[in-house]
Amino acid sequence: MLELRGLSKHFGGVRAVDGLDVTVQEGQIFGLIGPNGSGKSTTVNLVCGVFPVTSGSVRFNGADITNTRPHLALAAGIARTFQNIRLFPQLSVWQNLWVAENGPEAIRAQGSFFARWLSGSRRQRASVEELLAFSGLADKRDEIAGNLAFGEQRRLELARALAARPKLLLLDEPAAGMNLEEVRQLDERLRTLNEQRGITILLVEHVMELVMGVTHRIAVLNFGRKIAEGAPAEIQQNQAVQEAYLGRAEAEAP
Amino acid sequence: MDFLIGLLQIIGVHTILGLSAYVILQTGQVTMAQAGFFSVGAYVAGMLTVLGEWHIVPAMLCGGVLAGALACVVGFPALRVKGLMFTVATLAFGEFIRLFWFNFDYQVSRGGFQIGPLGGEGFRQIRFFPENGWTTLDVAVFVWIVVAAVMAALWWMDRSRVGAVLRAVGEDELAAQSVGINLTAVKVSAFTIGGFIAGLGGAIYAHYTTHIEHLNFSVVLATFAIAYPILGGLNSVFGTLIAVLFIQGVLVEGLRFLGDWRNLLFGALIVVAMNFRPSGFIDARAANALKRLFAAERGGRA
Repeated sequence: MLELRGLSKHFGGVRAVDGLDVTVQEGQIFGLIGPNGSGKSTTVNLVCGVFPVTSGSVRFNGADITNTRPHLALAAGIARTFQNIRLFPQLSVWQNLWVAENGPEAIRAQGSFFARWLSGSRRQRASVEELLAFSGLADKRDEIAGNLAFGEQRRLELARALAARPKLLLLDEPAAGMNLEEVRQLDERLRTLNEQRGITILLVEHVMELVMGVTHRIAVLNFGRKIAEGAPAEIQQNQAVQEAYLGRAEAEAP
Repeated sequence: MDFLIGLLQIIGVHTILGLSAYVILQTGQVTMAQAGFFSVGAYVAGMLTVLGEWHIVPAMLCGGVLAGALACVVGFPALRVKGLMFTVATLAFGEFIRLFWFNFDYQVSRGGFQIGPLGGEGFRQIRFFPENGWTTLDVAVFVWIVVAAVMAALWWMDRSRVGAVLRAVGEDELAAQSVGINLTAVKVSAFTIGGFIAGLGGAIYAHYTTHIEHLNFSVVLATFAIAYPILGGLNSVFGTLIAVLFIQGVLVEGLRFLGDWRNLLFGALIVVAMNFRPSGFIDARAANALKRLFAAERGGRA
């Protein structure tokens, strides 16, 4: 579904992502892990077209979407959340979701402009209600988003990403700052999205309880390069991964 | 009495000018080009009624459409730059339009008189209202019908999804893009609407003063245009109206007896007002309270 081939991004001399090859199959929850600064968020930003790639390509469902723009990536079916939550803080919970009703269906809807506008408006409102229920925010609909508790903001951001009915969801550290109970709920929510709605998920995460439990396959990055890929159990046993996270067992003089 | 009606006209036109900037400010763009678009509406509508002998309404709409079209064309390159650079770019563009009028001659001879704009001399004798027997009161009523129409349209837009999209772009451009909003389309549309509204205001202004010149459309007017919505708050069109009443009614007219000291106090009072209400007269909380008030009334009637 998503194929990254030789993907690279250099910021001056820093090789944030360096020749990355990753393939995410449809229906998978794919984990992308690695120490801080290993290029995980940069990879997400490259897929969405936040900034141009230095080299390499991004293919989505067979189409080349290298150097797309974020709104075009969304129209193609790729939605995302941010590492440091980016809501519209002055808008209400309801408006945050309403604004995000920009999915491919809305764009391709048939009929005259006026008919499309009327039915679209009704469909959008129904969809917002459904998202409120799914994320457990129904009683907070008129709250200003910036006033929500941290966990609620994370839930709202996830709901906002779902508003466009994406095929692929890029989650950039959705569990950061969550307590164990919240992580458990997130785990459940991700499984629901994946199993019942058939959404493919690329999960960038540090919280190992979540990654090891929920993903089908994991790629590990270090200094912008992929150092390992496999099922969660294989990754846990992998020597190179343990070294990247914990350092080498014995110090080696260069 | 005539003084008060005249003041009503000024307040009305400045409200239209303030609302033209309100739309653009909602998308997070601080525009200094509103005086320029205002002048386009003024000159175009003036030439249509004086030289073309049109009625004021089509002339005004034509001035608005032209100003809007200009805003659309300029918007594409101008909106590629962000923040302060956009403000500087629009400032330069506003001055460019002003200097264009400074150099613009288009005079024709009619009945032994030369009429039409004449460069630095300005554009005299825009006499549609007196020639057609409109009283000062008629003009004031006309001004406020246009004000009401513009306010109603923007109030409706604020409550619609379009308004939420404009605000979303103003709050976080990257997040807005990531939920599928085409930034260029939204910003250029807002800029175009702002240009159109400023053009309407300029058209009316030209006709009630009957004489315009390039100096009327300087940076001072552009500053007023953004000062109203910023002081009034970007949550409600009524904020802009209140800010115009406060500045034009209370500060400019009410403090006239202070002579030269007025300008000093004028600035000081705006600073004081911004200190007490940093998000404008009608901030998010006040706007919500207003909304609840209306909702309660509707509930009571049902």
